Amino acid sequence: MNAVPQNTSPLLPIAMLAELTYRCPLACPYCSNPLSMSGRSSELPTEIWVDVFRQAAELGILHLHLSGGEPASRRDLEELVSAAGEHGLYSNLITSGVGLTEQRLGELKRRGLDHVQLSIQGVDHATADKFSGYKNSLARKLAVAEWVARLDIPLTLNAVMHRQNLDRLEDTIELAVQLGARRLEVATVQFHGWAEQNRGALMPTREQVRQAGEIVRAARERLRGILVIDYVPADYYARFPKACMGGWGATSMNVAPDGAVLPCHAAHTIPGLVFENVQERSLRDIWEASESFNAFRGNEWMQEPCRSCERKHVDFGGCRCQAMALAGDARATDPACSLSPLHLDLVAAAERDAASQETELVYRKLTSPA
Amino acid sequence: MTTAITPSARPRLLSGVRTHFDKARDRWVLLAPERALELDAIAMHILAEVDGQTSLENVISALAAKFAAPREQIEQDVRAFFLSLEDRRLMEFV
Repeated sequence: MNAVPQNTSPLLPIAMLAELTYRCPLACPYCSNPLSMSGRSSELPTEIWVDVFRQAAELGILHLHLSGGEPASRRDLEELVSAAGEHGLYSNLITSGVGLTEQRLGELKRRGLDHVQLSIQGVDHATADKFSGYKNSLARKLAVAEWVARLDIPLTLNAVMHRQNLDRLEDTIELAVQLGARRLEVATVQFHGWAEQNRGALMPTREQVRQAGEIVRAARERLRGILVIDYVPADYYARFPKACMGGWGATSMNVAPDGAVLPCHAAHTIPGLVFENVQERSLRDIWEASESFNAFRGNEWMQEPCRSCERKHVDFGGCRCQAMALAGDARATDPACSLSPLHLDLVAAAERDAASQETELVYRKLTSPA
Repeated sequence: MTTAITPSARPRLLSGVRTHFDKARDRWVLLAPERALELDAIAMHILAEVDGQTSLENVISALAAKFAAPREQIEQDVRAFFLSLEDRRLMEFV
């Protein structure tokens, strides 16, 4: 008998981003949530989330990222964490820290919470308050980090970096070490959603980006065995685009508060894509057969210069949402790629925004009240 | 900073790091924050000896006896594996 592949479905997802709610006490001007979003009334109830987690585990998902909005805004967070644990999912709470108490964190740990990812918006009070739109946010976050350490829950610090805080990167790394974080995500702001509204205030300079790369390289060496640093560089000044999501519909599923399932959190910006809802279709069916998840799978959809490019298996032509936003065509080469005919325009626009004196911010907000 | 692991140090997985049978892919993985490392048979045998109580030298002895293999060879594999976990903040030595 001939050897046949064990698994005929193309790939299995490894991670789910469960956006439990769009409600959030913070108002970060680079939030990755949509520009148009609604409050509590359109959120999935507990029992549907619980069933989604069961389906996710059966489908092969290993990591469950409980996110939002602020997931602690959900009163049933404890039940949802229990459900994740019952199905063997590795649960990660992606939080601003607001809405947590030491007691609540302890209860979440007892129910099986595996990991906490805490965001910080700045390492000094003024910057932290300005970029979270929340008063005294840094003190709150430092307290949460202390509780997490006391409860022996692994901690990741997530720092979105941009022109107005990149010069404090060294201090950000130092803070992560002081707080006992095992991981630090240095995420240069990605210009989708709310960040796109704030390009002039957030766009880093080329020199800042160059220095950040060096700082991260040196810190990784110095802090080996102490702190793991995951770095999302600014792709506008790079030669090749990021391998966004490890390829479209290749690794991850994103479930919005109302149950819509997306290949990534920005996929709704691509016109014409219809997103199935977990209330109407099984997760497996959506993963395997939905039009949205198959829209840019593989490389049949590619145009030149991607189609004949040897890097198409490395970076998959970059980010589809960025191609849509900047080239007006989701099938185009991501203009972040130096091989894109639009690349020089992109770099010129980035340099123009980076030279802007803009400091005013457009803050994230819900379209309808919570 | 990672330093050389002494023979009497006792390896243990850090909190939030656990083995998991990945049924959908029929394999064992080590789950950790933002990481899922595939564990081959050798890695599984090594981790089976890790309980936070057993010293590095005793882990090596147990494996050498179990597989009737030269101690030097086992030691090399175990140290390399542990070092890779320590570097990624998945294991510590007490």
